[in-house]
Amino acid sequence: MTAETLGPVLIANRGEIARRIIRTVRRMGLRAVAVHSEADAGLPFVREADEAVLIGPADPAQSYLDPARLLEAARATGAGAVHPGYGFLSENAAFARAVIEAGLVWIGPSPECIDRMGDKINARNLMEEAGVPVAAGTREPVTDLVAALDAAELIGYPVMVKTAGGGGGIGMSVARDDAGLAKAFEQAARAAARFAAAAAAGGAGDALAGPAVLLERYVERARHVEVQILGLPDGRVLALGERDCSVQRRHQKVVEESPSPGIGPELRERMLAAAVRAGEAVGYVGAGTVECLVDADAQDFVFLEMNTRLQVEHPVTELVTGLDLVELQLRVAAGESPEITVAPTGHAIEFRVYAEDPKRFLPGPGRITAWDEPAGDGVRVDSGYEVGNTVSMYYDPLMAKLCVVGADRTEALELGRKAVAEFTVEGPKSNLPFCAELLENPAFVAGDYDTGLVGRMRA
Amino acid sequence: MAEVRAEMVANVWKVVVREGEAVSEGDTLVILESMKMEIPVLAEDGGVVSQLQVAEGDVIQEGDLIAVID
Repeated sequence: MTAETLGPVLIANRGEIARRIIRTVRRMGLRAVAVHSEADAGLPFVREADEAVLIGPADPAQSYLDPARLLEAARATGAGAVHPGYGFLSENAAFARAVIEAGLVWIGPSPECIDRMGDKINARNLMEEAGVPVAAGTREPVTDLVAALDAAELIGYPVMVKTAGGGGGIGMSVARDDAGLAKAFEQAARAAARFAAAAAAGGAGDALAGPAVLLERYVERARHVEVQILGLPDGRVLALGERDCSVQRRHQKVVEESPSPGIGPELRERMLAAAVRAGEAVGYVGAGTVECLVDADAQDFVFLEMNTRLQVEHPVTELVTGLDLVELQLRVAAGESPEITVAPTGHAIEFRVYAEDPKRFLPGPGRITAWDEPAGDGVRVDSGYEVGNTVSMYYDPLMAKLCVVGADRTEALELGRKAVAEFTVEGPKSNLPFCAELLENPAFVAGDYDTGLVGRMRA
Repeated sequence: MAEVRAEMVANVWKVVVREGEAVSEGDTLVILESMKMEIPVLAEDGGVVSQLQVAEGDVIQEGDLIAVID
């Protein structure tokens, strides 16, 4: 089978990522099938697909998170494959299994891989066995506060507290003492319960449903650097370079760049090799990301987690490598093992344009009354909206990804300043003023920053 | 008397206090949810919750009255 014979591809997602996947699917000569909620009927991705199916109301539990409705849409449209995008059901092993059992091609790693890497505790233990460095932390799920306090004493404060099955920074916090741990544990446990409830409502009890909590040594002034990998059906695992994602608020990424300004050639080589080892250890086939924490001073790193899907920030890798990661996902899913030359050039930066206020980063949904995207050489905008659309409170606040690529970092920063200034969004709140501020921040401009940067800018 | 109003369109995920309850500055009154984020609404001053205008599951608009604290 080749990618060209996959048949219509159903995109089980919305917004900018659905639109971006549709673009590649159609370029490859395949039909793109969109699914959408009532709230999203007017969004560009619905119009740009060859066919679109209304699958339910705005509430994601009754639309984008409902496996039965998605599979019914696939059946009704004669889809041959399902691309899950990121978020929603993209890392849901039960959904991947259901897609495969329905006789469709799942564009992602096997359900077994999703299961093994989806639980953060399991993933950590697996990586340690594979010789990938991990931070000191709990090897078993922590289910009550007494056990958490014991574990923290062993690991030493500060500790990062997170849910074993969570994602997107939800339920994560840092504890610096016993009192802080009590609070952090309660928050993580509550998030874990919500993940479990959401998974049950979606009819998909799986790896992301575990109520367990995980504690890890918290690395102060760490950079968050991740490696894009691609596992091929012939058994090879390739590293396609790294992305630095240290500009974060609430443990969620805002700006990403490649190459990372914080790692030297020797550390890069070690990280890429470790990411390949991580992929090989689980027999990984497809696109995935190995997230690490980097101590830039010591030029050392530890494994954080693995994301078994396409990342939001994949465009920065595409811009420096010239590869189309969605095309590669489709080829690999069809059984192809393409020959790929990885020779990154230039410097790319992505700014996530969120519907949130630029000071406190609180959500600010609303109807878009003006929308004007920058364009030109070295500028790529992956957006999910246009003027007249409503950015609703039901979905995440990502409106667009503004990406720039220059010959070097200095040129990329300059392109970024110009493009941010040229981007007009009115109606919802927007963090574009924050992006402009960041581009003048001395630490960011120097490339000498860590995950605490945004916090210090707002202290 | 202090009126507590919504800062954004949101779903009322949890109502933490009851009408008539005494609260201190910084206590969580309700927890809103918008764009996949939980947003606690806190009491800016201590007092008694004399009015509670929202229930769990309500969708509220920016500026809507959530509670009054006397």
